Amino acid sequence: MINEDKSHKTGNNLLFDFTVDKAAKTVYITREFGADLSLVWDAFTKAELLDQWVAPKPWTSKTKYMDFKVGGKRFYAMVSPEGQERWGIQEYTSITPKTNFKMYNAFADKDENPELPGSEWDHTFSEQNGTTKVSIIIYNESLERLERILDGFTQGMKMSLVNLENLLEAFSQK
Amino acid sequence: MRRDIFQAIADPTRRAIITLIALHAMTPNAIADNFNTTRQSVSKHLRILTECELVKQEHKGREIYYSLEIDKMKEIDKWIEQFRKIWETRFNQLDTLLSTIKKQKK
Repeated sequence: MINEDKSHKTGNNLLFDFTVDKAAKTVYITREFGADLSLVWDAFTKAELLDQWVAPKPWTSKTKYMDFKVGGKRFYAMVSPEGQERWGIQEYTSITPKTNFKMYNAFADKDENPELPGSEWDHTFSEQNGTTKVSIIIYNESLERLERILDGFTQGMKMSLVNLENLLEAFSQK
Repeated sequence: MRRDIFQAIADPTRRAIITLIALHAMTPNAIADNFNTTRQSVSKHLRILTECELVKQEHKGREIYYSLEIDKMKEIDKWIEQFRKIWETRFNQLDTLLSTIKKQKK
């Protein structure tokens, strides 16, 4: 009851594992990608690439600035189809190139004031036979915060659950 | 006051109560026997769980029995499923981006 464990292979036979440990307020995500490590690392750590995939459509991601170094920050917005901006700020707390990076993520207002508490993110990268595995651990100080993330994406689109699922399915078949 | 479901499960004692009464309906005294805490404290948790509509009360004679609202628990699973879908969408978008970049490099 406390844990939800969903593991399956994607259409390309790549692993996707998503587990929520509600007791520990932690989300575990593992995904494989059919690309080499340096490319996947860039996709997670370079603003121009990150903005192209990190927002679930029809939302878009807009990075105002990103300074990928320990103590550096990324200030960004998730933009709704109606143009509504939800700002967030990430501070990099640890970087081991092409292996691991950690950051602290928080909602923010448009003037870069973070709304605490936020969440701690830990990304680990490894490559085997041309397939790169990324493991993400997200620790949230509050589950309500997790709920807000979802509310923003779903209620913001004013869609029922069924509509959303149809939509996501259509996008994933693209 | 309408509380939300995540407030209900945010507390370890409340999660333990949920686990207990998931098996069968129990009276507040029977529930309290499982904890090193006061009867008042258990009552407070039961009140919060009731306000969140995660548990329901049934009167049997002079006793009140608490049991789990299974449908409400399913709401949490549905919520997790939506969250998982967001990540799935994100990663599918990343797959597309990665293969586009790989083609450009060739």
